[in-house]
Amino acid sequence: MKFRWQRRHVGEALAKLLMFLSLGLVFASLVMILWTVLSKGLPALTWQMVSQAPKGGFYLGKEGGILNAILGSLYLAGGGTLLALLFSLPLALSLETYLGNSRWGNGVRLALDVLWGIPSIVYGAFGFTLMLALGMRASLLGGILVLALLELPIMTRAMDEVIRRMPRDLELAALALGSNKREVAVHVILRQMLPGIVTAILLAFGRGIGDAASVLFTAGYTDHLPTSLMRPAASLPLAVFFQLGTPFPEVQQRAYAAALILTIIVLVVSLSSRWLAARFGRFTVR
Amino acid sequence: MTPHIRVRNLNAWYGTQPALKNINLEIPRQQITVIMGPSGCGKTTLLKTFNRFFELTEGARLTGQVLIDDEDIYARDVDETEVRKRVGLLAQRPTVLPMSIYENVAYGLYIHQMRKDARSYKEAVRHYLELAGLWEEVGKRLHDPATALSIGQQQRLCLARGLAVEPEIILGDEPTSALDPISSQHIEKKLLELKSRYTTVIVTHTLRQAKRLADYVIFMYMGEVIEAGPAQEVFTRPQQERTRQYLEGLF
Repeated sequence: MKFRWQRRHVGEALAKLLMFLSLGLVFASLVMILWTVLSKGLPALTWQMVSQAPKGGFYLGKEGGILNAILGSLYLAGGGTLLALLFSLPLALSLETYLGNSRWGNGVRLALDVLWGIPSIVYGAFGFTLMLALGMRASLLGGILVLALLELPIMTRAMDEVIRRMPRDLELAALALGSNKREVAVHVILRQMLPGIVTAILLAFGRGIGDAASVLFTAGYTDHLPTSLMRPAASLPLAVFFQLGTPFPEVQQRAYAAALILTIIVLVVSLSSRWLAARFGRFTVR
Repeated sequence: MTPHIRVRNLNAWYGTQPALKNINLEIPRQQITVIMGPSGCGKTTLLKTFNRFFELTEGARLTGQVLIDDEDIYARDVDETEVRKRVGLLAQRPTVLPMSIYENVAYGLYIHQMRKDARSYKEAVRHYLELAGLWEEVGKRLHDPATALSIGQQQRLCLARGLAVEPEIILGDEPTSALDPISSQHIEKKLLELKSRYTTVIVTHTLRQAKRLADYVIFMYMGEVIEAGPAQEVFTRPQQERTRQYLEGLF
């Protein structure tokens, strides 16, 4: 019964080592990112930064803030997520209830996976071409539409995976009472899946608000606060990009402040969605 | 009394695999009919043809008729949700819906729009929980998640939920096989109490349960009905050799 080293113990030790290494790596990256953003951005994060739009000479280190980008990003990602949700929820539900694992169903899944993998700059270029053809100019609306396109496959596939993990018995239980498929989808699958759906929405929102390439051509950039769907809108990732590109240290520091704000927004959305998921998860059948 | 369910020349396949072979049956009204037989004999498949659940399996097809009160439930213009409203199912594993206890019972009433106002919903929920023998245990925590109940309570909740849509027929697919002995007794007792009002068809693989519950017995083997008749007769004087062997525990 005494412990002695065998091959299986070595394997176990190696697996453990690998596990802790990857855990450490993930954790260290998070800490280092937060540290960089905090240490460089916090000194520049003033009330003026979050409450004002850029004034003349802002990019030379003079007065103003990035409220234009904060609002722009929230509008862009919020609108895009809402629009994507409008399409992806019915799509995910019908994938489960009507298409299932049929050839059509798997075709749709393949298409979504391909869309997921397409780089966002391609979405941006595609959106831009489309907007040119329609005679639209770079605008908040254009940005929202392209972000919705970008988020749609992520959201739908994330929901689809959640829905596919649903116990089949639950569907049968509802069918046995005489529900039709729509009632099963809305009353049972949706309620069971609510926590997972919230997570899927957050995932898509996170991707949307952090993306610079897709809004570069389609939403453009402006120093004005977004007031109209037809006018260009600023966004935080582009604010970071433009400010980091200047030769002035104080402007570069503001780029980190913008990154910090972006991180805080994502964090707040993430935490509140976790809280929501826990509340909705009360009735979930496991 | 006229039979409640009539099965005529029923043949069923999963893909190319035959599951039911030329079934002809008459199931008596407001009695407990028990379908028994060894695993894989088609008893659950037969049960599933009574509430149009058979067709939910991919590749499943059937020929023949299943008549409920002389109405063929496989006729072209039949709405399967109406069939399932008339024919309730108690599944093998209790599966509560992801809702509160109250909503679980109210759900069927709601989708079939069987009540008008909040008060009559409340009364109905209480009535059916009482009928399933669960009211005393859950009356004070109706808005808790149904998953908070024990597995035995969950099965009685499933019974209450099924009764709420006012079916004529209750099907049970080994409804006690996942439960502990006490909970099983509860369910059996309820089924016996309810049999004067509902036609009940139970699938079981335990012979003792069949003997405790059955008024009418169907014995199946390899997708065929070997013998069917009043429980008293089949258990004491089986006509077929196969039935006798099964009752003696030879397979």
